[in-house]
Amino acid sequence: MDQIAGDLRLVSFRKEFGDFVAVDDIDILIPKGSFFALLGPSGCGKTTTLRMVAGLELPTAGQILIGDHDIASLKPYNRPVNTVFQSYALFPHLDIYENVAFGLRRRGVKDVATQVEAMLSLVELDAFARRKPSQLSGGQQQRVALTRALINRPEVLLLDEPLGALDLKLRRQMQLELKRIQTEVGITFVHVTHDQEEAMTMADTIAVMNQGKVEQLGSPMDLYENPKTTFVANFLGQSNLLTGEVMDRGDFVGVKVWGNHIKIPASRVATTNAKVWVGVRPEKIYISAESNHAHDHLGNQLIGTVLERSYIGVSTQFIVEIPGFLDDEKIMVFEQNVDASEVKAGDRVRISWDPSHTFALDAKQDAYAGDVLAEAE
Amino acid sequence: MTNTDTSKKWVPYLLLAPGALWLALFFLTPMFNLGATSLYDPSGSLETGYVMNGHVGNYADALGEYWPQFLRSFTFAAIATVLALIIAYPLAYAIALKSGQWKNILLVLVIAPFFTSFLLRTLAWTALLGDNSSFVHFLQDIHILPEGGRILATPFAVVMCLTYNFLPFMTLPLFTSLEKVDPRLIEAAGDLYSKPFNGFHRVVLPLSMPGVVAGTLLTFIPASGDYINAQLLGGIKNTTMIGNVIDRAFLERGAYPTAAALSFLLMAAIVILVATYVKRAGTDELV
Repeated sequence: MDQIAGDLRLVSFRKEFGDFVAVDDIDILIPKGSFFALLGPSGCGKTTTLRMVAGLELPTAGQILIGDHDIASLKPYNRPVNTVFQSYALFPHLDIYENVAFGLRRRGVKDVATQVEAMLSLVELDAFARRKPSQLSGGQQQRVALTRALINRPEVLLLDEPLGALDLKLRRQMQLELKRIQTEVGITFVHVTHDQEEAMTMADTIAVMNQGKVEQLGSPMDLYENPKTTFVANFLGQSNLLTGEVMDRGDFVGVKVWGNHIKIPASRVATTNAKVWVGVRPEKIYISAESNHAHDHLGNQLIGTVLERSYIGVSTQFIVEIPGFLDDEKIMVFEQNVDASEVKAGDRVRISWDPSHTFALDAKQDAYAGDVLAEAE
Repeated sequence: MTNTDTSKKWVPYLLLAPGALWLALFFLTPMFNLGATSLYDPSGSLETGYVMNGHVGNYADALGEYWPQFLRSFTFAAIATVLALIIAYPLAYAIALKSGQWKNILLVLVIAPFFTSFLLRTLAWTALLGDNSSFVHFLQDIHILPEGGRILATPFAVVMCLTYNFLPFMTLPLFTSLEKVDPRLIEAAGDLYSKPFNGFHRVVLPLSMPGVVAGTLLTFIPASGDYINAQLLGGIKNTTMIGNVIDRAFLERGAYPTAAALSFLLMAAIVILVATYVKRAGTDELV
């Protein structure tokens, strides 16, 4: 088993259930030692992908390579891969010690006691060694599940919504903890989640999945700042998407949005199509009274009326109506609550943003893709 | 708060009352009577009446005379229980974990025998295993059974039918505990390097132990005291169980003190066997 090592690669990877294509010919390279997240709404194929890497489902086609070895045909118990299951799947009849020792015992490892004790004290669970899983809190069970998998030193650790059952505060804490552990042990982590914040906090690289396909793959910052599809733009955070038409192309692409001229760096235009969605994140926009010209230097500007203003705590959110725009093209603006805002509902406002915060997507894509899904999760 | 607390205190007792009354009338009273009968002077009879003289010797006499039947009963019951477990476990496993949409239909089929009476089903077996049945002829033809050999009136027939009759009592508790086994635990065992049989041995079997214990008790206890199977399918020799002895002592010979003493001995033996078994099986979570 030791000779199977290296990067994890999924090649032309496919899974069909009858007529339903759960995973549609994906190709992913996950470098050894990286923290990789598969992010997407439920039913997007992320869990199926994970289960196939674990060996719990057989792929319809394609390869699962670790280094140069195709493990796709190996039984789960022969793969150098371990899983942290959703809601943990700890063995209820065994105590914590035996749960953690389970994998070592099955492989006939010699110094089980030394390893288990060392591992339990590392995760500060040594005091609970003789308790049953049901006697532990959710957070402790989560740590047991992680320890039970990690003690086997797998080439790849798979995590299936590992923090889903925890409350918000504990989840935040565990996100940092997981990231720290991953950095320490240097094992490849593949993390499945529908929670974009969770993926962004921990992962080096995220693959956003939708309907069995990888929509976009990149670093959290890359995905957020420069989404390539409307699905990614909407599923990761929120985006304003406006109907635009490309007028001229150069280092900056000039786009007409209902008579207004908007500039976008050429590198941030993801399509050669003339019809585009012009996108900008709500928190990148400055809002000020129409008479205030302080942000004119930014370059992209629109004039409109504040429809709604809501105080959220960390920010104040505005919905701005621009004359001539479609009804569903109202612009959302988030303003950090540093100073009291000068703008009220009903005011005429000037909204401004930097062209380098603007992106353009193919207008053939659905402007609402991923939107409702992100809300529902 | 205190007011409602105190005023609700009688509720549990009220709920217990019908059951307690029922048991007092129809269980405790007869038990007491039976206990008294077991100590009567055995020289009496139904016609002349019995004298109560605390004759503990009834027990020693009963045990001395009928210990082979006791031993046979427990042996038959034990074999039937083991056979039922061997047949029912894979069946319950398949229904609980592998049957998908067929689960309910299969469960109904397990219970279906209850739609006809226990007596009728046992009688049907006398026809199935009878000397002129095709099953017996078949066994004779392939020389498993010698020419003129019988199945009816053998211990084999009695044990087979005991196994058959108590199979649902084994299957249902097994099904219940196997159904509670989270399939992801089986996946987790595989993920942690267990080959399928090892995963079963380490995870599924221990988790189904409450069902195994409940099923074996529900089979063994009534099978030890059963007399219908031995009466209908057994012969004169080698098949008489303790239930048949008690039955005849009460109804044919009118030997009430002996019959009562035998009943108590059977009860005591079962309690001791079961207590030892439950303790050995070590299922604290059973209750």
